[in-house]
Amino acid sequence: MKILVCVKQVPDLETTFKPNPEGTWFDETDLAFQLNDCDEYAVEEAVRLKEKLAGAPDITVLSIGPRRVVETIKRALAMGADRGVHIEDAEAYRKDPWQIASLIANFAREKKFDLIFTGMQSQDRGSGQVGVLAAELLGLACATTIVAFEFTGGLCRVRRELAGGVKGVVELKLPALLTCQSGLNVPRYPTLPNIMKARKKELLTVGAETLGKEGPAVVTEKFYPPARKGAGVVLEGEAAETADKLAGILREKIPGLRGL
Amino acid sequence: MKVLLVGEYREGQLLESCFELEAFADELKAERATLLVGSADACQKLRGKVYFADAADYLEYNPDLHKRLVLEAAARENADHIVFSHSAYGWDLAPRVAAALKAGQVSDIIAVRDGKFEVGCLNGKMRRLVAPATAKAVLTLQPGAFTLKNPGPPEPRIEKLDVEKTASPVNFLGYEPAEKKEVDLTKAAIIVGAGRGIGKQENLAVISALAEALHAEVGASRPVVDAGWLDHSRQVGSTGQVVSPKLYLACGISGATQHLTGMRKSGFIVAINKDKEAPISELADVLVIADLIPFAAALTARLKKP
Repeated sequence: MKILVCVKQVPDLETTFKPNPEGTWFDETDLAFQLNDCDEYAVEEAVRLKEKLAGAPDITVLSIGPRRVVETIKRALAMGADRGVHIEDAEAYRKDPWQIASLIANFAREKKFDLIFTGMQSQDRGSGQVGVLAAELLGLACATTIVAFEFTGGLCRVRRELAGGVKGVVELKLPALLTCQSGLNVPRYPTLPNIMKARKKELLTVGAETLGKEGPAVVTEKFYPPARKGAGVVLEGEAAETADKLAGILREKIPGLRGL
Repeated sequence: MKVLLVGEYREGQLLESCFELEAFADELKAERATLLVGSADACQKLRGKVYFADAADYLEYNPDLHKRLVLEAAARENADHIVFSHSAYGWDLAPRVAAALKAGQVSDIIAVRDGKFEVGCLNGKMRRLVAPATAKAVLTLQPGAFTLKNPGPPEPRIEKLDVEKTASPVNFLGYEPAEKKEVDLTKAAIIVGAGRGIGKQENLAVISALAEALHAEVGASRPVVDAGWLDHSRQVGSTGQVVSPKLYLACGISGATQHLTGMRKSGFIVAINKDKEAPISELADVLVIADLIPFAAALTARLKKP
């Protein structure tokens, strides 16, 4: 069985974002980058399946972007993927979901993967399209937002998260692509020996320009912070003093609260 | 401009999101038709031209057949935009339609600005203004972002829609109901919400003590539930419970869109956070910028003082 996991490197979100000179995406200066959260669940699920099938599946992990994304590929290798593919593209941040999905599909088409895992969305762009578009381009069965996965008798059985805790149960034939929701599993931390082992694993670099030249289907015109409501009170300072002020505000604004 | 709205129907019910789609079409001042894979009864609640495909024939979820139905209705209407809710249904189906039409898709739209679409990014911290580069476009709307103001009486003009039924590699087996709830947060007057910012499971004790001092229920954001620190019934958000307490105290919650959807209607919102630019600050009546755990302990102590 051949498995592909598509992962994205995204910025740590606990920071202040400023527009880049083009004004269409964020400036990367001083940002820290990490593995997209939903993609971490995708890697973990693939590795669990490999373990369940006594190591038989071969897991390729793919990421698109500039040189820095190699670190993210290495993290997935340290979690248990077998080989990495870096689609090198310094312009990846400008590409829309259609262009990214086309790169993935053009890479994967001849490789005959049985199963592809992706996250259901990225934390930075958050369009939630790439996995499904790639599945359509490759003609694969596809289910999105999965929170449970079983593989038995050559079929995938998944639970899709709907709303209010209700789930949809879906069975898919291979080849298939699944997009993973957080909560699908608890991803492992790579151990030090596995981080060392990952350094020796195969890592192939492919130039994005060799995988077709699709134009964008949507265009970002502007990147900006949300309009602030501005009416809120901001409290800052020493804990006991601030707690005192907050208790005062609550007592005034919410009369009849017990415990105040 | 013509739009095709793709309504949503689940477990025998028309979903409210259908009216949000209508509101969006009204805002665009577009001529609209709706496709519903549902029941004849459910179509009666809609307005204008309705393409009706029977869920008894096409199931409530069958992405291949639903895609073909959408494409057929869009072709008959020659629709410029095909519009879905950014729900589990739209999430799954919209990109399939976009791929088939080679049309650009704009996901999770929160507003229309000069004919272009505003969407959130970076977990709601920033916005993008996006325009399709293709003649036809697929759009998905953030749940709750558009509200129908003057719906008027339902007056559907229904046209039955059918496509050839072929085998699909995706087989929908049915629904699994939500787990039994440990707590009904919708009835709570005060909720203390715990987020990723609590840092570790042991710190939940500090949050619980604060909740106790306020006679509040403990709620949680998704990462806390996913980590197994609290039961799913305590999850506040579009995939958990949608709550409207008198007071919501968000502790270490950055405010992912799906969480904000679940607590936006709270009477008074206090956010305690290290990051003053976290999206939760947009909704907060009071924003406390502090180290969560020592502050929560100090507030608990203050509340316990006679």
